[in-house]
Amino acid sequence: MYIYDEFDQAMVDARVAEFRDQVDRRLAGKLSEDQFKPLRLMNGLYLQLHAYMLRVAVPYGTLNSAQMRLLGDIADKYDRGYGHFTTRQNIQYNWIRLEDAPDILADLARVGMHAIQTSGNCIRNTTSDHFAGAAADEVVDPRPYAELIRQWSSFHPEFSYLPRKFKMAVIASQRDRAAMRLHDIGIRLVRNSAGELGGEFYVGGGMGRTPMIAPLIRDFVPIDQFITYAEACLRVYNRHGRRDNKYKARIKILVHELGAEEYARQVEEEFAHLLTLGIEPPARELERIAAQFAPPPFASGLPDTIDRSDPAFALWAARNLQPHKAPGYTALTISLKPTGGIPGDASADQIRLMADLAERYSFDELRVTHAQNIVLPHVRKADLPALWRELVDAGLGSPNLDLAGDIIACPGLDYCSLANARSIPVAQQIGERLAGKEQDIGELKLKISGCINACGHHHAGHIGILGVDKKGVENYQLLLGGSEAEDVSLGKITGPGFDEAGVVDAVEKVTDLYLARREDGERFLDTYRRIGVEPFKEVLYG
Amino acid sequence: MADLIRLRDDEAVDHPAVTVDSFLEQPDANAVRIEPGDDARALLPHLAQIALVEINFPVFGDGRGYSAARILREAGYVGELRAVGDVLIDQLAPMRRCGFDAFEPDRPLDPVAVDAVLARFPAAYQPAADGAAPIWALRHG
Ligand code: SF4
Repeated sequence: MYIYDEFDQAMVDARVAEFRDQVDRRLAGKLSEDQFKPLRLMNGLYLQLHAYMLRVAVPYGTLNSAQMRLLGDIADKYDRGYGHFTTRQNIQYNWIRLEDAPDILADLARVGMHAIQTSGNCIRNTTSDHFAGAAADEVVDPRPYAELIRQWSSFHPEFSYLPRKFKMAVIASQRDRAAMRLHDIGIRLVRNSAGELGGEFYVGGGMGRTPMIAPLIRDFVPIDQFITYAEACLRVYNRHGRRDNKYKARIKILVHELGAEEYARQVEEEFAHLLTLGIEPPARELERIAAQFAPPPFASGLPDTIDRSDPAFALWAARNLQPHKAPGYTALTISLKPTGGIPGDASADQIRLMADLAERYSFDELRVTHAQNIVLPHVRKADLPALWRELVDAGLGSPNLDLAGDIIACPGLDYCSLANARSIPVAQQIGERLAGKEQDIGELKLKISGCINACGHHHAGHIGILGVDKKGVENYQLLLGGSEAEDVSLGKITGPGFDEAGVVDAVEKVTDLYLARREDGERFLDTYRRIGVEPFKEVLYG
Repeated sequence: MADLIRLRDDEAVDHPAVTVDSFLEQPDANAVRIEPGDDARALLPHLAQIALVEINFPVFGDGRGYSAARILREAGYVGELRAVGDVLIDQLAPMRRCGFDAFEPDRPLDPVAVDAVLARFPAAYQPAADGAAPIWALRHG
């Protein structure tokens, strides 16, 4: 796990001092809200319906126990006792006072954390595979490369006022657990036939009102040129991305309007020029970073079996564990989706407990997943029963990873000033309605957004729900067939929308149809792809 | 020119800059003004004769001028590079890193605050156009 050296610390400390000064000027009336807005946004501070919301960066979703514990303490001290883990592997606090924000940033800086570039039209926090370093199927741990991007993109002077926000993801396996192709730049690390490491660059994906799957722009960028190539991608975007219309300003529109080939050609030209400038960090910098992500000292000769005699434990273990590269270990996911709960929310006590568990059972490491859950990446299988009991006692034992109850939902009208409809209550009701059937239904990615901005990734849900405003009444459109994984696809709207109760019924109807029509081993998505949308329309509207 | 902030010692050009289009038609001019939609690369064949490039920021949030500035510096331009328009104090540091060495903001800036923001960050993570060694170079000597 990456630990700040004196340079990183000095940069973050300088940022805290800068922001304290900016807040002081704002409170003294020397900065107008218009002038202050882009500055606070570059520090993750949004003005929401009821209060300020602070978004704290969790680079590539990786945390140590001390950091996680502090996140719990912030929830207690400055919020109402809760934190909300987000689809970008970050955490947000919904009840922040402007005057407190500099102190919170100072607290964060003490454990090597920040809120830099968690909003604004700049390069946002880079995300990655939440099983990085643990996954049995990875080519390499992608996090050192994500950290290299974090440093390169932090305070990047040329890219601080892009046409629109910019999100990058880095993965290193064929399985895509990070929705890589729905990012502005998605990078998959691969080895070429000579065994050399490099990156496939996918550029121009995204959700929002015009969802697009990123096309492949270059199939192999050598690893010792990949920052330079990213810089070329960004420069072409900064110069030519649309600025006349906020809704057409993301890079996906540029790539779409130019065509992937022409965009790639312009990037190549810029890349050739930038290669002459020597802007790529040297190999020894990458080695310095990679050394900090060395695997923890796994014990050898551990039993590779799990005692599943307790049926409740066995149910949880069957759902929430992931194969690990080290024998005798597993990566476990703590679901933050209890039935009827708020997806992604955790109390201060729960956050601190997860920190303790990581310290005792997982080499001091945790991950935030883009599905708003928490991972303990390196747990001995033999420790699972004891660990599970502690989770259950804290209300963290939901055995529903990737099931109907494991819903992604944006904050919606309960918090968000842009929302058309509430997301959280719909998620809660669907979770309750399907609770009895979810184990039978199996893998089902359900995603809910409270407006067309799609923070809840509804386009990429096997079942997606989009809240819209229909003549002043909340209305919900249903989408089917999306996926954010390696079989990426965008969901399609089934037809007319539903009211709140109606959309809960609609979800039950389509899952019932799936249960009736599925063939051996098929997930909901597979059945949908095989039989098409018509039978689903039939049960919804017929 | 009371509100012109210059970080260089030579004489300031004392006549108005011309647009990129008129410059390309009358290349004896030595002061050019780049608007956000202009292609800075159109000036590259003529850099040796240019003493002042103004880059206009009609709104501070339009960041194209940062790329234009770096492109000129990367091509070896050594004349004055002046940010004009909606230039706010908190943009000075990134502008400086992209190669700007003069600022002519629409609204005057407090000189003490200007010095403070330019001195705020101890280093930078990435090379740009200000010649500062990036942190990775400092780390590895
Ligand atoms: S999708 Fe819309 S309602 Fe939901 S968080 Fe994003 S902007 Fe707010």
